[in-house]
Amino acid sequence: MQYMLLIYGDETVGAQMTEEEGAKLGQAYGEYSKWLADKGWMRAGDALHDTSHATTVRVRGGETVTTDGPFAETKEQLGGYYLIECENLDQAIEAASKIPTAANGSIEVRPVDAM
Amino acid sequence: MIRVLGDFDLAEDAVQEAFAAALETWPRRGIPDNPGAWITTTARNRAIDRLRRERTLRDKTETLDQLAELETLGGDETDVSQIPDDRLRLIFTCCHPALALDARVALTLRTLGGLTTPEIARAFLTSEATMAQRLVRAKRKIASAGIPYRVPPAELLPERVPAVLAALYLIFNEGYRATEGPLVRSELCEEAIRLTRVLVRLMPREPEARGLLALMLLQHARRDSRVDPAGDLVLLDDQDRSQWDRSMIAEGLDELDQAMETQHPGPYQVQAAIAALHDRAARPQDTDWAQIVALYTTLAAMSPSPVVGLNRAVAVAMADGPGIGLPLVDALQDELDRYHLFHSARADLLRRLQRNDESAMAYRRALELATNPRERTFLERRLREVTAPSPGT
Repeated sequence: MQYMLLIYGDETVGAQMTEEEGAKLGQAYGEYSKWLADKGWMRAGDALHDTSHATTVRVRGGETVTTDGPFAETKEQLGGYYLIECENLDQAIEAASKIPTAANGSIEVRPVDAM
Repeated sequence: MIRVLGDFDLAEDAVQEAFAAALETWPRRGIPDNPGAWITTTARNRAIDRLRRERTLRDKTETLDQLAELETLGGDETDVSQIPDDRLRLIFTCCHPALALDARVALTLRTLGGLTTPEIARAFLTSEATMAQRLVRAKRKIASAGIPYRVPPAELLPERVPAVLAALYLIFNEGYRATEGPLVRSELCEEAIRLTRVLVRLMPREPEARGLLALMLLQHARRDSRVDPAGDLVLLDDQDRSQWDRSMIAEGLDELDQAMETQHPGPYQVQAAIAALHDRAARPQDTDWAQIVALYTTLAAMSPSPVVGLNRAVAVAMADGPGIGLPLVDALQDELDRYHLFHSARADLLRRLQRNDESAMAYRRALELATNPRERTFLERRLREVTAPSPGT
């Protein structure tokens, strides 16, 4: 089965990180991605620019409405994702629990509804 | 089977069909050497039949793959008997933490306890439609989210066990005080005890699993004295204690001792200790109510709930008198107004305080809510007692 692991965290924390802390986090993500690839579960994964770079698009009455920023203000923002393929939810939970941001943010595990 | 089929409904239906077949076949041909394996084999064959039928309807490669995998499992019964306990796998699937707690418990009752949806709805004090929807959603999530059909590996057990214990205890309770039919449905209690024993064997160092087993044994030991020959409810005070199952009590006390040796107390161990105090009293007046109040106070701190509060209030009434217990009961009115045992407990305290008019009102309210005919008979008898003209007036 395929699962999307959506990584939510407080992006202001990331913005306030020292260079050293940032490098450490980057290294942790590197190790995690390698672990995921070694398991044979990795399909895709990336970090996203923070929400100040985001654009929200809606079409209302045939008209495209473009606004700055994310759709809703919440404490945790979507900051990255992994697309994985594994056998079952327990393996997906294992993969999610090892994502570095799981220690202070949260990971939403969503089964992919293959079309 | 669910692991292979990935379709909870299909597997559940196949198992139910297999049980129906067993009921037809066993009386004629005798019970097979390994009934569990027989059920699994039969269920697999029924599932293959169903998949074959469905194959003609929709030519899905997925279905074909499942079929191939099922057939490679083989038809050898000894092969299937390697599965330690299919029911235990089922209960861990039903109690996966990715399901909401109420859904886990409902699903376990439906699938393993064999309860109907209306019975489960009453056990949860909710409507039938709500419960039906909860079950459908839970089954859908098992399939769509890929919840595995297995007993979790050792490192996952600590986070998976509490939901399983809660489900088993609710199955036991439904048997102990059934919502329909005879007051005590021993087969449900025994099924809950059987599953809990399996769990204790699997996790001998989990004190709460053992505590739950002790609790069930210490309560179930009183089964024969809880109903009179007419099938009506007999309260603890009026029970013939010579009918209590002494060997089951001894086993329960032994399990409780083993659980407490681990020095990790929990709500089930405390409740078992309360049941043990009742079981140990040779006569009702020998009951150590002060100790029971202390244990309920501990329990209320561990897992606060209005029902625990009600039990504590009743114990206080027994230890210190109904006049002291009643205000504690009254304080729970808002939370427990839809719970028939709240009103019958309140009615009993009012009766003992000789406030008969108020007592009668409370018994009537309990009767509006009680569903079990045996409990209703008991409440009607009490209502007649408090409405009868008292001597001297």
